[in-house]
Amino acid sequence: MTASESKSAKQRRADGDTPLVELEDICVSFGGIHAVDHVSVDLHPGEVVGLLGHNGAGKSTLIKVLSGAYQMDSGEIRINGDKAEITNPRDARTYNVETIYQTLALADNLDAASNLFLGRELTTKVGLVDDAAMEAECRRIMGGLNPNFRKFSEPVSALSGGQRQSVAIARAVYFNAKILIMDEPTAALGPQETQMVAELIQKLKAQGIGIFLIDHDVHAVMELCDRASVMKNGQLVGTVHIDEVTDDDLLSMIILGKMPGQAAA
Amino acid sequence: MTETTSQPIPSQPKRNLFQQLDLDVRLLGMIGAFVILCIGFNILTDGRFLSPRNLFNLTIQTVSVAIMATGMVFVIVMRHIDLSVGGVLAVTSAVMALVQTKFLPTYLGLGFDNPLTWVIAIAIGLAIGTLIGAFQGWLIGYQGVPAFIVTLGGFLVWRNYGWLFTSGQTIGPLDKNFLVLGGVSGTMGEAVSWTIGVIAVAVSLWAMISSRRGRIQHGFPAKPAWAEGTVMGIVACSILGFVWILNSYDIPTRKLQRMFEAKGEVMPDGLEVGYGLPISVLILIVTAIVMTIVARRTRLGRYIFATGGNPDAAELSGINIRFLTVKVFAIMGFLCALSAVVASARLQNHTNDIGTLDELRVIAAAVIGGTALAGGAGTIYGAILGALVMQSLQSGMAMVGVDAPLQNIVVGSVLVLAVWLDIQYRKRMGAKI
Ligand SMILES: Nc1ncnc2c1ncn2[C@@H]1O[C@H](COP(=O)(O)OP(=O)(O)OP(=O)(O)O)[C@@H](O)[C@H]1O
Ligand SMILES: [Mg+2]
Repeated sequence: MTASESKSAKQRRADGDTPLVELEDICVSFGGIHAVDHVSVDLHPGEVVGLLGHNGAGKSTLIKVLSGAYQMDSGEIRINGDKAEITNPRDARTYNVETIYQTLALADNLDAASNLFLGRELTTKVGLVDDAAMEAECRRIMGGLNPNFRKFSEPVSALSGGQRQSVAIARAVYFNAKILIMDEPTAALGPQETQMVAELIQKLKAQGIGIFLIDHDVHAVMELCDRASVMKNGQLVGTVHIDEVTDDDLLSMIILGKMPGQAAA
Repeated sequence: MTETTSQPIPSQPKRNLFQQLDLDVRLLGMIGAFVILCIGFNILTDGRFLSPRNLFNLTIQTVSVAIMATGMVFVIVMRHIDLSVGGVLAVTSAVMALVQTKFLPTYLGLGFDNPLTWVIAIAIGLAIGTLIGAFQGWLIGYQGVPAFIVTLGGFLVWRNYGWLFTSGQTIGPLDKNFLVLGGVSGTMGEAVSWTIGVIAVAVSLWAMISSRRGRIQHGFPAKPAWAEGTVMGIVACSILGFVWILNSYDIPTRKLQRMFEAKGEVMPDGLEVGYGLPISVLILIVTAIVMTIVARRTRLGRYIFATGGNPDAAELSGINIRFLTVKVFAIMGFLCALSAVVASARLQNHTNDIGTLDELRVIAAAVIGGTALAGGAGTIYGAILGALVMQSLQSGMAMVGVDAPLQNIVVGSVLVLAVWLDIQYRKRMGAKI
């Protein structure tokens, strides 16, 4: 590791390094609704930025712009300081953006390995899909992620919510994501699996991956994130450093839509 | 198999024989129903139904619908439908008939039965079928018009283009070399058929063994050797049995005599020559193999099934669903044209009503064969077996002398019954659909 890679995210911000991702002045509207209204957020390598807000605040819409699922109406995406053109999910993948969607994007009729490699299948020399190799890789990575995972040859429709979630996470982790988007990754999970995801986030963070984490659980955000950006009605309320605020500050930002200082005033 | 506690692989719940053989229970059920059907008709027709002659004819009659049914599997798996296949078959048949009887021999001066004629005619037919399919796929994928509407329109449009081109007349007789692809007039004789049968056995055994070796190499659980052996035995017997049936339908003596006379030879007394494998059936087999490989072993197939299972997930995984739709309908169009070759060659003419109601037969074959209209599930072999069941039902009833209206009532009811049974089966197996 070079010196610049080992710097903490906090150090990088202090030094004014170029962020890994900058979403600047993003607007998305559906018909007349401004789902995302002039929102700017950024993310450094090795940093976890929490996105908070009430239901329908525009969190998913904002990150779908980065993952290529939605097109923005105006604004700019910069990755490592360079303007990035992301018009579909394939583009996002070329920038090593991986996404775990709130509505688990799995094909129910295919097995875990096929889902893990969907769109990026391993192939044999003659170009046929190599199911055996994919299953082997799938077993290897799932072994590290969720050792209890056994249902390799069944369609994922036969899996529990948590097992399906680990397939979705495995997909994001396997392909060397540099930028990881997690939209409520623990919504369907039990306490043990939630803990597993928390550990995974710490591990990925240590590897220098930048993570956007959308979560309704303020305590989880306090525990896992370096910064939090709060949205309300499509607009950015503000971005705070986690170690400078309390749970209640965050809650009042979410509910009242005011920065901590303002709320006190 | 009881002491599984010390093994790394989790102990399996008690497994029955079928599970150990890892056979497709659905497929077995269908084969079982088919066998019962055949035996029933055989009793009712005093053994005529299972005579080599009838089985041979049955096979030939099934080919055209079966070829299209393999394509319909992809279409339905993608959650679409194609109501235009009969129409596309008709227009491509019309064009190929005109090319080989009018355009090439007269206008281009190639003369009749020129060895190039059939190749050019078929190439043009396949190209047109593919283009029609791709165009419909473009309307569906890129313009967002529902497949039901596009192909309902196509149902009327394409057949009537054929009518327009031919003025509704029967075109024929078709090119001699072309007719070979239809069935009776193009069989490969006993020796070649056996050879092909043996090669087929060798290839399928090799495929099964190498897949097993792959699993063992990676340390995945594999079927017990005896189970694998049993399945191989069944496969080998089915292939060779099929060839044997086709070989045991002898060419009628008078026809054989004429064949010898044509060559200026005298037929030896008591000579018996079997028809063997019709070329049209070989076309179906090759189609089935290619389509199965596409479905199971290519990215294209993987994406078709993924899209059927969850279109949003497929799209978010970077799959270009619009273009995929074009490809799937283009394949369907190509297969319609291929069916048109077989169908018109079998009838020796292009007739204006060729392929009428085929869309319904093809959809029924795919659905009886286990393709779920909800998308995401279906097999090529299932669809072919479905086509065979439909055809057997139809011709069996005709042989028994069931009235035409009653035939249709039975076929329609069987379609619904088959789907109902399938739903019950899936529920039992715990599937969500
Ligand atoms: N595809 C769409 N078409 C129309 N409106 C949409 C679409 N997607 C989102 N919206 C609207 O945009 C707004 C923001 O939705 P979004 O999904 O981004 O909310 P969210 O912050 O992720 O909420 P949640 O916490 O419930 O997931 C909502 O008003 C929603 O109704
Ligand atoms: Mg959301």
